[in-house]
Amino acid sequence: MPEKNYSEINPAWEGRKPVIVGFLCNWCSYRAADLAGTSRFGYPATLRDIRIMCTGRLDPTFVIKALREGADGVLVMGCHPHQCHYDEGNYKAMRRMALLRRTLAQLGVHPDRVQLGWASAAQGALFTETVTAMTERIAELGPLEWRDTIEDIAPRTPSPEIEEVAHGK
Amino acid sequence: MASNGKPKLALYWASSCGGCEIAVLALHEKILEVADAFDIVFWPCAMDFKEEDIKAMDDGSIDVCLFNGAIRNDDNEHMAHLLRQKSKVMVAFGSCAMEGCMPGLANFTDREQMMNFIYHDSPTTDNPESIEPQVITEVAEGELRLPAFWNTVRTLDQVVPVEYYLPGCPPEAKWIEVAVGAILSGELPPPGSVIGADVTVCDECPRTKSEKKITRFYRPQEIIPDPDICLLEQGIFCAGIATRGGCGALCPQVNMGCRGCYGPNEGVIDGGARLIGAIGSVIEGRTAEDIDAVLDTLPDPAGYFYRFSLPHSLLRRVHLVNDNGRNVAQPIKEVPRLDPSLNE
Amino acid sequence: MTEEKVGVYVCHCGHNIAGTVDVEDVAEWAAGMPNVAISRDYKFMCSSLGQELVEEDVKEYGLTRIVVAACSPHMHEPTFRRACERAGLNPYLFEMANIREHASWVHTDDINAATEKAKAIVGGSIRRVMELEPLEPFIAEINEPTLVVGGGIAGINTALEIANAGHPVYMVEREPSIGGHMAQLDKTFPTLDCSACILTPKMFDVGNHPNITLMTYSEVEQVDGYVGNFTVRVRKKARKIITDLCTGCGDCWSRCPAKVVDDVYEAGLGYRTAIYRPFPQAVPKYPVIDVDTCIYYEKGTCKACQKFCPTDAIDFDQEDEIVVLNVGNIVLATGYKLFDARKVPQYGYGRLANVFTSMEFERMVNASGPTGGKVLLRDGVTEPQTVGIIHCVGSRDRSYNQYCSNTCCMAALKFAHLVKERTGAEIYNFYIDIRTPSKNYEEFYHRILEEGAHLIRGRAAEVTDAARLPGEEGKLIIQAEDTLIGKQRRIPVDMVVLMAAMEPYDDAVEVSHRFGIGCSEAGFFTEKHPKLDPVATMTDGVFIAGACAGPKDIPESVEQGAAAAARVLTLIGQGEIEIEPIRATIDEDRCSGCRICNNLCPYSAIEFVEDLGVSRVNPALCKGCGTCVAACPSQVIEGQHFTFDSIMAQIEGVLYDRMEDTERVTYLGSQPAEAK
Repeated sequence: MPEKNYSEINPAWEGRKPVIVGFLCNWCSYRAADLAGTSRFGYPATLRDIRIMCTGRLDPTFVIKALREGADGVLVMGCHPHQCHYDEGNYKAMRRMALLRRTLAQLGVHPDRVQLGWASAAQGALFTETVTAMTERIAELGPLEWRDTIEDIAPRTPSPEIEEVAHGK
Repeated sequence: MASNGKPKLALYWASSCGGCEIAVLALHEKILEVADAFDIVFWPCAMDFKEEDIKAMDDGSIDVCLFNGAIRNDDNEHMAHLLRQKSKVMVAFGSCAMEGCMPGLANFTDREQMMNFIYHDSPTTDNPESIEPQVITEVAEGELRLPAFWNTVRTLDQVVPVEYYLPGCPPEAKWIEVAVGAILSGELPPPGSVIGADVTVCDECPRTKSEKKITRFYRPQEIIPDPDICLLEQGIFCAGIATRGGCGALCPQVNMGCRGCYGPNEGVIDGGARLIGAIGSVIEGRTAEDIDAVLDTLPDPAGYFYRFSLPHSLLRRVHLVNDNGRNVAQPIKEVPRLDPSLNE
Repeated sequence: MTEEKVGVYVCHCGHNIAGTVDVEDVAEWAAGMPNVAISRDYKFMCSSLGQELVEEDVKEYGLTRIVVAACSPHMHEPTFRRACERAGLNPYLFEMANIREHASWVHTDDINAATEKAKAIVGGSIRRVMELEPLEPFIAEINEPTLVVGGGIAGINTALEIANAGHPVYMVEREPSIGGHMAQLDKTFPTLDCSACILTPKMFDVGNHPNITLMTYSEVEQVDGYVGNFTVRVRKKARKIITDLCTGCGDCWSRCPAKVVDDVYEAGLGYRTAIYRPFPQAVPKYPVIDVDTCIYYEKGTCKACQKFCPTDAIDFDQEDEIVVLNVGNIVLATGYKLFDARKVPQYGYGRLANVFTSMEFERMVNASGPTGGKVLLRDGVTEPQTVGIIHCVGSRDRSYNQYCSNTCCMAALKFAHLVKERTGAEIYNFYIDIRTPSKNYEEFYHRILEEGAHLIRGRAAEVTDAARLPGEEGKLIIQAEDTLIGKQRRIPVDMVVLMAAMEPYDDAVEVSHRFGIGCSEAGFFTEKHPKLDPVATMTDGVFIAGACAGPKDIPESVEQGAAAAARVLTLIGQGEIEIEPIRATIDEDRCSGCRICNNLCPYSAIEFVEDLGVSRVNPALCKGCGTCVAACPSQVIEGQHFTFDSIMAQIEGVLYDRMEDTERVTYLGSQPAEAK
């Protein structure tokens, strides 16, 4: 799949493309990604995945960390319900992700930036579709750039002179 | 050291409620020992010193500065820099200086929206002339200045390097004693240490704990809690599971869930994330709808999880978007729901 | 502490990676990452030369950690771990960066994007490898006994192979007798030998083998433990028969007044009594009392069986018994169930009397079946003149099951032969494709063609009794498009046989949970690798054989049974096995006893120590999923090999190009001030 020009979708992408950090469970979704590879199913080169043993291992800190460090979205994928290698880890992920997405929305992270999905080891195509769809959604939402939020880049004071006055310079 | 051989102590309040100052006084008779042991060189709340006095001191001549309050405005920041410059040891004293605390809740919005609400839109505001505080106001006598208000509240260590942290809103007297004792004895922990427990509130909470399954949450007014059983197990939000101990579990002992004022446990980067992980682990529901139904009984999760620690969390504040050169907070109003397709 | 030196190896994998990813660029870039002492690209890292390259570098340059950027860790992680071990490095200080399946193969037309992504993946691995800790694998001893679940032909073969090798086997079967579906069949394709004749001796062997403990009418309720050391709770349902006294004489069931439809063995076509033995060759020979249909349990009187029993073997008060077994390995051979043909209303099963399922037909043609082997219409007297056989009912159909049910083509051809042999009727088979890929199967197909069966290529659209044309009155009409001649056809027949698909049992998902293995969407158990490891599962020590893993015929099930036995025998022979040391550990000194983690563990590996007020992980039970690690609000549970720090570092690594100029996280506490 040739690289899209994301700035056509949202001009804010000028000069870069969306970056999605993926957390894939070792047993289902990571293997689905492997299968997508073996099957040569193309998808946008936006996903940077990290293997964890189970979506139950997904510490919400990881998602928040990725957003803070420059990811535009986070995709968590595990086994389908009833198919978790560890029985119920995916349910735990579902509950935590529900709470995390509510919390992040209050902090201004659009819920579509933090997605949860399932793919069995046999669903390379579904994995591909999920990454493609999420990339398109992130492309519409535009860059997150949490760094700007942290650094609050716009002037903090009404004018530079006042800063000098206030600091007694 | 002062000429009398006593170490020099400065106490300062930035953006705070004054509770930390009272906490120092809550040392009761021990305050006399402090006064005896230290040469107090700066304590605007209790004694008449001027900023000029500090400026006149040599760099590093203050042995210890107990700095409470968050960095809300340019004056807070200026004083933080000044006191840092003059002090050998900087202590972030109390929750505001350490992690933002109540002033930090302003990070859920931005300066402009806050000003609008406080000076114009709040139901109890009567401001027919639409007066807003200005940094500089010209009056007949000359120029009046107010501190310039930052868009984002920061913690002390986001502005200047800090050696020690003393958690709590306010810190309990016994930990102030520990800190003072350590300073006087010279047996200081490694720089960067938090002076406090390294276990959570549950460790000192006398309630009986068992396995947890939460089918719904209750606001405090909705339930009369059993006095002996873990509050969380009764559906009452309690941050004690993820909050550094040391307070003696004061709130849970009076039937209130822990608010989380001692901040996250030792070594934790983001206390809110830990609460999400833990609370998300013990709620019931195997379908998107059931899980959302449980969570609907817990409004304002970010407020619960980051009540004291938002400015020191990983994300620090609500997302800002540049709107014509101004950075405007942009929370998502709609509560996200799980996609029912996850049930399959 | 000595300085850490990371070696990075970027594999070309021939053109597989190098064709899409600029491997030289990635290697050169990696050389600039912190702690990287050496960074190379190489044609085939998995070759012996590639592995030796790593080993030599470790020795020459004193490398302490290794990253190989190549294929999926599921492919070659073990290979390079062994190479590290040979070089004297702890194998858990190795990290695999998957730049083939996850980069070069999926971004084939954009070398820049693929290279950039490869760098992100390698960046993550370099940061992660620095946080890894040396680990030692656990050694688990293998208990000698094996549990075989399911007494069909697959399970029977597994049990016999293991038992004949001299090792104890427990066989648990849900039904009162072993034998499974094969015991219901009359003839087996393509040889047409008598199913019972070849199965019964094997059943007998199982029942009488000194190394096999047979537990029929029993179900596994709970499984705990891990490879080599499973504890299994089996419920032996009350037979209401004292088996030590019962001789299997049959006086009881011949006197039983309660006649009920036999939905299991006779597929609903025949009857049995409330006290019954499913079939004459049943193993074991003892009957059971079906308490749901027994008159005594309904009305409190009758007890005919007890009165006539010559050995006093009837015990109406007998209760279920729980047996706990300790076994080293488990083989699941739980088989399949037949697709419910009522779900395809257009074929009229359940509505049109003379529409039969394939299993009903099997029982009908069986000499010991309800019609004594005669092919008769539902009235029990009329022989059909024409029979239609519809293939792919509930299979190869997106509305029901997408998969091919594998065995039905051959069974349908076998039916065509049997109908011809027994009645001389005209036969019409409606098929989508004829699939006869095994030994002598195609030959069998030609034989049936030569016998004069009509094979119509087209999925039947409908079976109806609404006559429209002359000659259709009183018949069942099969409407189908004959795709070979491109015409719609209506074939009037007397009898229709629906070749119903093989499906997983309804409780397959539950069973897969109980045994801790995976299950496909359809409900078939998931093999560890569909090609290279078809009888193993993701859970060490739990194997699968036969139709529980997908539709299979008898030869395939037998092969799988034997294959599973071979895998078990290997483990028993080894006596012990290394288990990956990926486990959770709790820092008990810092555990506050909040008990959030206590009921999260799917393996009940976390116990709460009351007197200390702390939780503790039993490493023997923990499987390292990490759900407790993510849950711990105090952050005092650590997941080995997937530690908090290693994943946080990996996040920073994969975002290598996004992190520039961003200040690093300030830890609250524990970090010295200078580090901030």
